[in-house]
This record gives sequence, structure tokens and C-alpha cells, in this order.
Amino acid sequence: MLFRSLASGISTVKLVRAGLLYRNLVVNRYCPARNLFQSPVLHHGEFEWTDPKSEDEVVNITFIDKEGKKIDIRGKVGDNVLFLAQRYGIEMEGACEGSLACTTCHVYVEGEHFDKLPSPQEIEEDLLDMAPFLKENSRLGCQITLSKELEGLCLSLPKITRNFYVDGHKPKPH
Amino acid sequence: MVSLPKIAVIGSGPAGFYVTQQILKRSKEARVDVYDRLPVPFGLVRYGVAPDHQDVKNCINQFTKTAKNQNVRFIGNVQLGRDISLEQMKDAYHSVVLAYGADSDKTFGIPGESLKNVISARTFVGWYNGLPEDQSLVPDLNCEDVVVLGQGNVAIDVSRVLLKSIDVLKTSDITENALEVLSKSRVKRVHLVGRRGPNHGMFTIKEFREMVNLPNVTTIFRPEQLEGLETAIPSLKRQRVRLMQLIADTGRKNLTTVECDKLFKVLFLRSPLEILGTDHVSGVKFSVNKLEGNDIESQHAVPTGENETIDCGMVLRSIGYRSRQVDTSVPFDTKKCVALQQPGLYCAGWLANGPTGVILTTMAESFLVGEKIAKDIDEKIIDTSQSKPGSEFILKYLHEKGVQTTDFSDWEKIDAVERDRGSKIGKPREKVTSVREMLEIVS
Repeated sequence: MLFRSLASGISTVKLVRAGLLYRNLVVNRYCPARNLFQSPVLHHGEFEWTDPKSEDEVVNITFIDKEGKKIDIRGKVGDNVLFLAQRYGIEMEGACEGSLACTTCHVYVEGEHFDKLPSPQEIEEDLLDMAPFLKENSRLGCQITLSKELEGLCLSLPKITRNFYVDGHKPKPH
Repeated sequence: MVSLPKIAVIGSGPAGFYVTQQILKRSKEARVDVYDRLPVPFGLVRYGVAPDHQDVKNCINQFTKTAKNQNVRFIGNVQLGRDISLEQMKDAYHSVVLAYGADSDKTFGIPGESLKNVISARTFVGWYNGLPEDQSLVPDLNCEDVVVLGQGNVAIDVSRVLLKSIDVLKTSDITENALEVLSKSRVKRVHLVGRRGPNHGMFTIKEFREMVNLPNVTTIFRPEQLEGLETAIPSLKRQRVRLMQLIADTGRKNLTTVECDKLFKVLFLRSPLEILGTDHVSGVKFSVNKLEGNDIESQHAVPTGENETIDCGMVLRSIGYRSRQVDTSVPFDTKKCVALQQPGLYCAGWLANGPTGVILTTMAESFLVGEKIAKDIDEKIIDTSQSKPGSEFILKYLHEKGVQTTDFSDWEKIDAVERDRGSKIGKPREKVTSVREMLEIVS
């Protein structure tokens, strides 16, 4: 808990994404004037730990873990996918706690929902460019906020395929 | 009777902690002791990540949770190969995980590398981040030109620290000593030099964009080196497309605008032949290269026969970290400089995979190592039929030898002191930079 007070200020600010987004090829040379506002406020997942108050709020989503197993989750409008995943024990690390400084919550957004998401900020695109196993439908989980439009959202976690035995050696029972 | 599996993890950086986290998740019985050669944990998160990238350090919160798990014990100020041998560790534990990283660096092997003010970027980073062993460094910033050899993210980090406004840096956790030296810096131009072309720079777009957007600093290229860059963009992999476009745009934008305080000059196709100077560095002589090969990925640089010299008063060598074989019984590939797995002995992080990759890479691979260990416990590949003494033996041995060890509550005391000192001067923390003082605080 010692570190919480320091970190909490950082991730509460979210940048408006719509309107200043540059998918793939276009690069903005100067930081455009960004409108900053605070919504929804992230308290390191406290919000995600509350259940939906009514059916109107419910957003059902599915995670597919790296073994291919489907996990259905009943989320709600305003939930941040990273913190929601952590509530339900999905293996999504979020090392920087949603402060847009790492790529540990990298997910693939399956099907038509990919286009329903607000386009990523430039910094999210920059981070995705560093993510191993990048695909066209890659996003960062910490940048996805649930809305009614995302009902049925399906997110796959990247399968880590790189063999961690550098020399190809596999230890055998002794 | 089956005893509790006892595991020693050597190194408390991201690899060590992510392996531990995964072992705990998969095995309720496992007891993990995480060792570090310093009295304080977190390795490169504390001493490698740039001071102005505090958000990257948020993973410390998760590591702290792991360290405070009742099945985990942090033991600091214990250096493998000096205070304790790998054989002793293997005797005391059912399994050992080597995750002590890469604390040495590659050199060019060219004349002049030992001249004064030719510094490894790793040491320079350690110096401004408060790494105890690098505090004796006295970088001489009484010069206008610095050459950084290498074009990875560490090269970008050291360039940024040299060029960034001191007023911004002083709100980070950079040491006061480093701030004092940087405040007197006369450095106006940093030359970031790489042997291949724009397509081969190892820095990533986030770090490069930060340089491009740095106030009062202009990033410039030599226009002829960017010719044809944009036409090749459509054929690149997505990871390179946006970076190459940013380089092309930056090059175009800054063609005429150089009326700026400081310059970040990116130079491609140069290999250092010799570092010039008699006592103190005065310049670097480069061979001018051209690229051979059609495939961008496998293109290599060959000398054209022409040379070029850049005058400078400081050289930072940033061509990669290197792991060391800290104990003769560490199975080690001396060519690749990585440790090798053996039955009952696991390796993780940069020591296992080489010193590259973002934290996600280390995390993903360390999770696999942790998973494998938990599986090997279940499948009895790790033999837990005999009880092992674990830290009980190691600590007794070390204390008899007069080695003062630290635990996680000791780190919390040091952490509190650092935060307190930092809060008085508007910084997140002011690091304690000597092992002796760390040990004084906890005793």
C-alpha cells in the first residue's frame, strides 16, 4: 500500500480519445490540443469490484485465455477491461496499472467489436508497436471501457509461443 | 513423506518477481526465497528504468504484494558467487531459479575505449539512478558535444537525460548528485550514432517520439540519409511503419529549423574505428558505411572506405548489456552470454534470453518459467521427497560469515527514508546510494 498514494494520481486522468486519432499510417507531428477530463475515474479497480446495479448496466463479455478456454464475465457500463479482468482472475497483468507505460494488458478484440471501439490514442498505438505478437486487432485492455454497444465483446489473450529454452534444451526427469 | 517445495530465486528484478508470482499462483505449497545482491529489491525497475518514466515503475506495487505473500521471503545483500555459492544454494533448496540479469556490458574493442570520459551507458544510467557501485563515476559534462554509440532505448534514455531541462528532471527520482552535475552541463548537442540505417534503429517509437517532442530540443537527421525512406514504408511490418513515418516527418519538418537551444542529431551508417584523444576523449573516428542486401531485416553494414570524425568531449557506449557467469557452476554459454537450464536449475529474464525486450517479454517468459516449475513440482520432476533447510541454512551460514542480510521490512524502512527525503525537495524519493548507509538505516 505504500506505493498507492503515488500511483493513484496518474491513472485517474483519461484522455478523450475520439477525434484525435490516427490509425496506422498517419502520424501527428505535434501533440494536438488534448481535452483532458476525468471520467470515468479509476480507483485501481475499485469501481470494477462493484456489481451492476440493474440489468440496464450489464455488459456481457468473454475472454479467451491462452489455452483457448472461454470465460464469460458479467461486466457493466464504465468498467475498465484491465481491472475487470483482474477481478475475475483473468491473466492480464497490467504492470503499469493502466498508466499507458507498458504493454502487459495486450489483447485481441475479436470480430466486429474491434471497429466499435473508440480509436486508440497515439500513445496506445506507440505502445502496441512494441508489443510482441502484434496483430491488426490488437488493443490494450486498460484502454477499453465497457459500454452497451460492446455487449458480447470477445477478447483473446495473446498466446506466448516463444520457447523460453534459448538453446532448445528441455530438462528431463532425473 | 513429501516436504514443502523450497525454491530460491536469485535476483529480485522483474524476472525474479514474475517467476515468483507465477509459482505462488500455481502451487499452494511452494516456499520461495527471493535473493538480491543489493539490500534493496526490484533490480532494473529501480536502477534501470529512467527517472522520468515513473509510471513504468508501477509494477513495483504488484512485486510488493508478491514479496509480502506469506510464502515468500526477500533476502537482500547476498551476492551469488561472492557470499554464497550456487552449489550451496542447490543443496539448501529443491530448486534454484537464476534471474540475476545482465550487469555488465559489451565493448567495441577499438582503440581509445579506455580514455577519460568514455563511459558505458549502463554505468551512466546506474550513476543517475543511484546504483551504489556506479556512484564513484564523475562524468565530465564540460563539453558541448556528446557522442552516443548505439541506437537502442538505453541510448535514447541517456540522450534525453543529457538534453532534458533540469527543471523537469528535478521532480523525478534522479539523484541529487546527478542533478548537481547535470545542472552545470554545457552539453548542447548529442549525436546518436548507429552502424546501420533508419530501418535498423533499435529504439522504439514511444521513446523516439518523446525526444521529438522534447521542449527546447530539435531532432535532426542528415537529409540524404532519409532519402527513399517514405517510399519503402508500405512494404514494412506494422511495428516499423509508424516509426519510419515519424522519422521521415521529423526529418522534413526540421530541415531548416535549427534555431534551438539544443540538438539531438541522429546519424546512421557509421561504425566507430577509434576514439580519439590523448588522455581525455576529443572525438570519434567513424567509418562511413553502406548497406548490403535487399531484405531490410538482414541488411548489413559494410565500410565504404571513407571516414568521418566527430569532435566531442564525452562518449557514451550503448551497444547492449551483458550477463556474467557470477559463479563457476552457473551453466553458461560464453558466446551468447546467457545462462542455460539444467534439471532443477531454471533461468529467467535477461540472463536466460539475452538483454533485450520490453517488460512484457520478460513477464511472459518468466510466467512460463514459473508455470514450468509448478508443473515440475506436481510431476515430481523437482524431487521434494527429502526436506531441505532453505533460508534457515543459508542465513545461518551468512550470519556466521558476518554478512548482514536484509528482509522486506528492512526495504520498507529504507523506502520510507527515501520518500521522506524526497518529499522535502519535491521528488518522489531521494535514493540512498550507498550499501553502507542502507545497512545503517536498517540496523
